[in-house]
Amino acid sequence: MNQNPLREHTRVMGFGSYRPDIIVTNEDVCQWIDSSDEWIRQRTGIVTRHRAAEDVSVIDMAEGAARDALAAAGIDGSQLDAVILSTVTHPYPTPSGASLLAERLGATPAPAFDISAACAGYCYGVAQADSLVRSGTSEYVLVVGAEKLSDIIDNSERTISFLLGDGAGAVVIGPSDSPGIGPSIWGSDGSKWDAISMTGSSLQLRDHAPEGKAAGRIATANVEDDVAAESLWPTLRQDGQTVFRWAVWEMAKVAQQALDAAGVKPEELSAFVPHQANMRIIDELAKKLKIPDSVVIARDIADAGNTSAASIPLATHRLLQENPELSGGLSLQIGFGAGLVFGAQVIALP
Amino acid sequence: MASNEEIQAGLAEIVNEETGLAPEAVELDKSFTDDLDIDSISMMTIVVNAEEKFGVRIPDEEVKNLKTVGDAVTYISNAQEG
Repeated sequence: MNQNPLREHTRVMGFGSYRPDIIVTNEDVCQWIDSSDEWIRQRTGIVTRHRAAEDVSVIDMAEGAARDALAAAGIDGSQLDAVILSTVTHPYPTPSGASLLAERLGATPAPAFDISAACAGYCYGVAQADSLVRSGTSEYVLVVGAEKLSDIIDNSERTISFLLGDGAGAVVIGPSDSPGIGPSIWGSDGSKWDAISMTGSSLQLRDHAPEGKAAGRIATANVEDDVAAESLWPTLRQDGQTVFRWAVWEMAKVAQQALDAAGVKPEELSAFVPHQANMRIIDELAKKLKIPDSVVIARDIADAGNTSAASIPLATHRLLQENPELSGGLSLQIGFGAGLVFGAQVIALP
Repeated sequence: MASNEEIQAGLAEIVNEETGLAPEAVELDKSFTDDLDIDSISMMTIVVNAEEKFGVRIPDEEVKNLKTVGDAVTYISNAQEG
């Protein structure tokens, strides 16, 4: 029996982005919740977030980012050996978004699958792509983080909805002559399963929606049931304090482990790209990790909000566009979110 | 084991680092939110740093009970003894 010959090294070959057109300002948000531009900026660092129009799907955004990344990597969709889509907002439990994405990109019959790891989804995807390429199973793997979070929020609640934006970011990962992706430090903590979660499962919509409204996004009238009408369509909530504390305290340790595993010191980094959850988390992580001033820190959250699985590739791509000299340097990336789940690795920037 | 004065001084240092407030302003009877104008996110950062500095655990549900600097000093002092 044969087994695949192993490859020694892998690298990220190119980044791609898709940012939807609609800009939601803090003034817009303040029409829905009692807040102010100043309050939102001070606590989150967010100034605007992008949201996709009703007729733009998660797969449309994923395709845009993927085509961009393929062009940057200099390969054709037909050369892909695997397509990984990280998302929590593809609105079908099955079939996967990835198989449709692969078809659109001309990658059929490449294996294609979705992964559900929320804001860590992109780093989970990179961990898998790295392993697939090094094991010899695949040569070129596409990893896309794409989210249309605007479909699963309730603008009138104030724990998380105002933070979130839509978008997609992508990378192509392939073989390399030198080390390009450090060891992945990834994991989960299901003891905090409900720290970031939905208001209910989709079954409640089936079981409790009034006649004729089951297909509606929010059923509003005459629900003679114990389920509040507005909660029929499941939307996101978070326990902000628990999440903030976990993100700052535990994630600083995970990021440090990723540095140690790669044998890289903070001062050897060119960029630090944490998940864009909250500017205060970004600042606190940078402080705890003692990231020196010479390292560029991604702060895409100010314009893009929190785009879950898309945030790290979107932010990294922007850094590369605005600072082309970062190319060839090392970037520490760490994703963390609902699950709770986390993933981190050091990569060489393409 | 730190004395109450040392805990207060250590807290003042953490608060200063997070907010820029002068350490002398961090007095025992001062309320974190009303007097020192510390928001919920800064409060969590202060709690995380205090846990690290004093080697104690302050559960999420306890944080809301720490209204004044004195409350925090007492809690940390008791937690160190326990």
